[in-house]
Amino acid sequence: MSAVTIVSLPDQATARVPKVNFLTKENGLLSWLLTGDHKRIATLYLISITFFFFIGGALAGLIRLELLTPQSDLMAADTYNKVFSMHGLIMVFFFLVPSVPATIGNFLMPLMVGAKDLALPKINLLSWYLYIIAGAMMLYTMAAGGVDTGWTFTTPLSTHYLNTNVISAGLAVFVAGFSSIFTGLNFIVTIHKMRCPGMTWFRLPLFVWSNYAASILMVLGTPVLAITLVLIVLERTVGIGVFDPAKGGDPLLFQHLFWFYSHPAVYIMILPGMGVISEVVSTFSRKRVFGYTAVAFSSVAIAVFGFFVWAHHMFIMGISNYSALVFSLLTMLVAVPSAIKIFNWSFTLYKGSITFETPMLYAFGFMGLFTIGGMTGVFLGATGTDIHLTETYFIVAHFHFVMVGGMLMAFLAGIHFWWPKWTGRMYPEKISQLAAVVTFIGFNLTFFPQFILGTLGMPRRYAAYPPEFQVLNVFSSAGATILGVGYLLPILYLTWSLKYGEIAGDNPWQATGLEWQTQSPPLTENFAEIPIMDREAYDYEWLERQQQKEVASVG
Amino acid sequence: MSHISPVLWQFLVKWLTNFKLFPPEASKIAPQMDALYFFMVLVSLVGLTLVILLILSFSLLYSKKRHPVATQIEGSTLLEATWTIIPLGLFLVMFVWGALLYFRVYTPPANAMNIYVVGKQWMWKVEHPGGQHEINSLHVPVGRAVQLTLISQDVFHSFSIPAFRVKREAIPGRYTSVWFEATTPGTYHLFCTQYCGTNHSQMIGDVVVMTPDDFRKWLAGSTSGNSLAQNGERLFASLSCNACHNSKPDARGPNLVGVYGSRLTLATGQSVDVDDAYLRNAILNPTQNITQGYTPIMPTYQGQISEEGVFALVEYIKNLQSDYRLQQTLNTTELLPGNEGGTAPAGKTAAGPEEVKQ
Repeated sequence: MSAVTIVSLPDQATARVPKVNFLTKENGLLSWLLTGDHKRIATLYLISITFFFFIGGALAGLIRLELLTPQSDLMAADTYNKVFSMHGLIMVFFFLVPSVPATIGNFLMPLMVGAKDLALPKINLLSWYLYIIAGAMMLYTMAAGGVDTGWTFTTPLSTHYLNTNVISAGLAVFVAGFSSIFTGLNFIVTIHKMRCPGMTWFRLPLFVWSNYAASILMVLGTPVLAITLVLIVLERTVGIGVFDPAKGGDPLLFQHLFWFYSHPAVYIMILPGMGVISEVVSTFSRKRVFGYTAVAFSSVAIAVFGFFVWAHHMFIMGISNYSALVFSLLTMLVAVPSAIKIFNWSFTLYKGSITFETPMLYAFGFMGLFTIGGMTGVFLGATGTDIHLTETYFIVAHFHFVMVGGMLMAFLAGIHFWWPKWTGRMYPEKISQLAAVVTFIGFNLTFFPQFILGTLGMPRRYAAYPPEFQVLNVFSSAGATILGVGYLLPILYLTWSLKYGEIAGDNPWQATGLEWQTQSPPLTENFAEIPIMDREAYDYEWLERQQQKEVASVG
Repeated sequence: MSHISPVLWQFLVKWLTNFKLFPPEASKIAPQMDALYFFMVLVSLVGLTLVILLILSFSLLYSKKRHPVATQIEGSTLLEATWTIIPLGLFLVMFVWGALLYFRVYTPPANAMNIYVVGKQWMWKVEHPGGQHEINSLHVPVGRAVQLTLISQDVFHSFSIPAFRVKREAIPGRYTSVWFEATTPGTYHLFCTQYCGTNHSQMIGDVVVMTPDDFRKWLAGSTSGNSLAQNGERLFASLSCNACHNSKPDARGPNLVGVYGSRLTLATGQSVDVDDAYLRNAILNPTQNITQGYTPIMPTYQGQISEEGVFALVEYIKNLQSDYRLQQTLNTTELLPGNEGGTAPAGKTAAGPEEVKQ
C-alpha cells in the first residue's frame, strides 16, 4: 500500500476529543436506555447487532465444522437443521436487515440532511426496544431447543410437521419486523421533512438516497411478512388452514406471501450497503460520484422493480410457465440498475486522486464480490438454468456473495469510515488493512467452492453429503476459519482504538458530507448551528476553498 | 508416507481419486443447459475482468501519488447509456435462452412414458405403469422420453437429478411434472433438494439409466404381478366407483371411458381439460368438479386413498378406452365382493408398460 494518504489529523500533542459530545453529555445507564438521541440509539444498535452477529457466526462455524466430513458425525441431523435455521434467522433478521440502516443509517441520517435528530426520536427508541424484545425471544427460542424450519418457515413443514419452537421464532421475527418498519418510517419522514435549508433532493448524499429506497421497501414489504407469520402462528395454534391443502388452503400461497417480503428484503439488506460504497468511493478518490443522478435513481429503480420479482424463488414449484416467464423478465430488469452502479463506482475512480485506506479496500472488495454475486443471480433469474442450480449450494454461494461479500463488506467499510466520527478516534490503519485483505481471501475461499458444489448438484441444507463433494467442502470450511479471523480482528482493534486510537479531529478524511463539518463525536444536537447547504454533494472544490479560507484567516 | 498425518493422507487420496468439478451430462437437455451455463460463465468472467481491470488500472493511474489533484467529472450520458444497454441486452438474451430451456424441461412430449413419484418424509416412492415399485431409486431406459408426475403426501420435497439438469418440486395436494430423456447408461444421484425436516439429507437415491434391453429385463424381473392400471381397477371396484360410473344410460355418474384428454364442461359452466391433475381433484374434491348434467352426490375420498392409490386410479381411468373394458371391471367385481382374491380375468387385459402410450 502506498504511504500516500488523505488522512489529516490534528496535532496529537494538543488535540483532545471534545469534552462535550453525545457520548459524554449524560452519564449512567438510564441516560442510555431512555435516550432519544439517534446517535446513542445507533450505538445501542451497533452493540446489539454485533452480539447477534457473533452468535450467528458461531452457528456458521458449527455448520462448516459438520460439513468437513460427508457423514453427519459432529451432530445429529436434527441438531444440524436447527443450527442452520438459527444461523439464517439470526443473520437475516437480527444482523443483515438492521445492520446498515439501524446503526450507520441511524447515526448518519440526521447528520447528513443537517437535522438535529430523526423526526420521531421516541419511535426510534421504541424500534430498538422492539429489536431487543425480538432478540430476547429468539434467544429464548434457542435456549428452549431451537427451531428447525429453516429461515424460510416453509409450510406445511413449519405448520404441521415440526415440534420445535416455531411459534416463538415466528413471533420473534414478527416483532423484529416492526422494529424495521419504524426505522424505515422514521427515515422517510426525516428525509422529507427535516432537510436543512438548501438541502434539495439532488444535493443529498447517495447514502441518503439508497436508505430512502430501502426504507420504502421496509415500510411496504415488512407488513406482508408480519401477516404471513401471524397466519403461520394461527395455523399452528388454531388450525385455520390457509396454507393447508386438506382444508382447501394452498401451500404455494405461503411461498408467494413469504417471498413478496423476502425478496425485497434482499434489497433492504443491500441498498444501504450500496449507499456506503458511494460515500467511500467518492471520498477516497476525491471525486463526485460519477453520474450522481443515475446512481440515485438506480436505487429507486431497484426498490420499485424489487417488489415484482418475488416468484423467481418459485420457478420449479409449479407456478404457471407463463408467470415464470414474466418474473424472469422482471428479474433481468432489476439486475440492470445494479450493473449501472458498479460501473458508475468504477468510473468515479477515473481521473480521481485515489488513496487506499481500509474503507476503500472494503469497498473494492464489495465491488468485486458483488459483481460475482449479482452475475450469479442472473444464472438463477434465467428460468432454464435456475432449474438445475436452485436449491443447491450454488444459491447458497450466490446469496452469501451478495449478503456477506456485498453487505458485510459494505458494513465494515462504513464502520471504519465513520468510526472517527462516531468515537472521535482513529482505528489503527495497518492492521485494519490487513483485516480487510484477510476477510477478502477468507471469503473467497469459503464461498467460491460452493458455486462448484452447487453446479455439481450438492443440495443445500444437507447434514450429510456424498463423499465426492468432500474436497470442496474442506476448502470451504478452511476458508471459514480465515474469514472468522477476519471478523474477529476488527472487534479487537476497534475496541482498542476507543481508548488508544489517535484523535481524529472533525474531518480526518477530508470528506464533504455535512456530518464531517461538525465535531467528532458530534454534539447531542449534531450541529452548533443549523447548517446551510449551499453546494452540491461531493463538492471537493468547495472543501478546498473552505480550508484555504481557514488558513488565510488563521494566518 | 509415515511422515504424513493419516488424515491428510486420506484427504489427498480422496482429492486425487474422487474429485469432480462438473457433473456428468446424462440427458438430452443437459448439454443444452450447459451451453447456456457456460455462456453465462463467459459473460460473468468478461464482466468481472472488466470491473477488476477498471479498478486496478484507475487505482494505478490515478493514485494520489501520481495524480495528486482529482479532475471533477459530472458523468457521461453516453458511457452510462452504454453500460445500461449492453448488460440489458445480454440479460435479455439470457432470459430468452433460459425461457426456451424452461419450456422444454416442463413441457413433456405427448409420447412420454409416464412414471409416478410420491415424495414423503423421507423417501421417494416410484410407481411404474407396469406395477413395479421402487423406493429411493428410479430405473429408466436410455433414449426414451420419461415424464414424471410428482406429488408429496406431506411437506414440500424436490426431485432433483443433477446429471439430467432437471428438478421439480413435489407439492402436497397438487401434481407437478417434469420430463427428461436419458442418454448415457449409468447410476446417478437423486436428491431431495427442498428442505423437508429431520432426514432431509437422507432422502436421496439412485437414478439408474439402462439400455432398453436391460430395462426390459429389469421390468420383467421387478414386476409385482399387477400393473398400476390393474391396481387402479381393483381400487375402482373396491371403492364401488362403478356403482355410479358404469357407463350405463341411467348411470348417476358420468361415463369415464375416454374421458382422459377430453374437454369437459362443468356444472359451473367452466370448461376444463381432463388431465392427471383434474382426475385427482375430481376424486378427492368431487363437489367442486361436477360434470354438467350430474348432481353432486359423490362423496369426497380425501384421506381415504393414499397418493399411490390415486395414481393407480388415474392410470386406470387414463387407460379406459372402451366400454368393454369397464364392463369387464363390473363383471369381475360382481363376482368378487371384496377387493382380494385374484381370479385372473383382469390379467387378460393387463396394461403392460408398452401399452401406456396415450
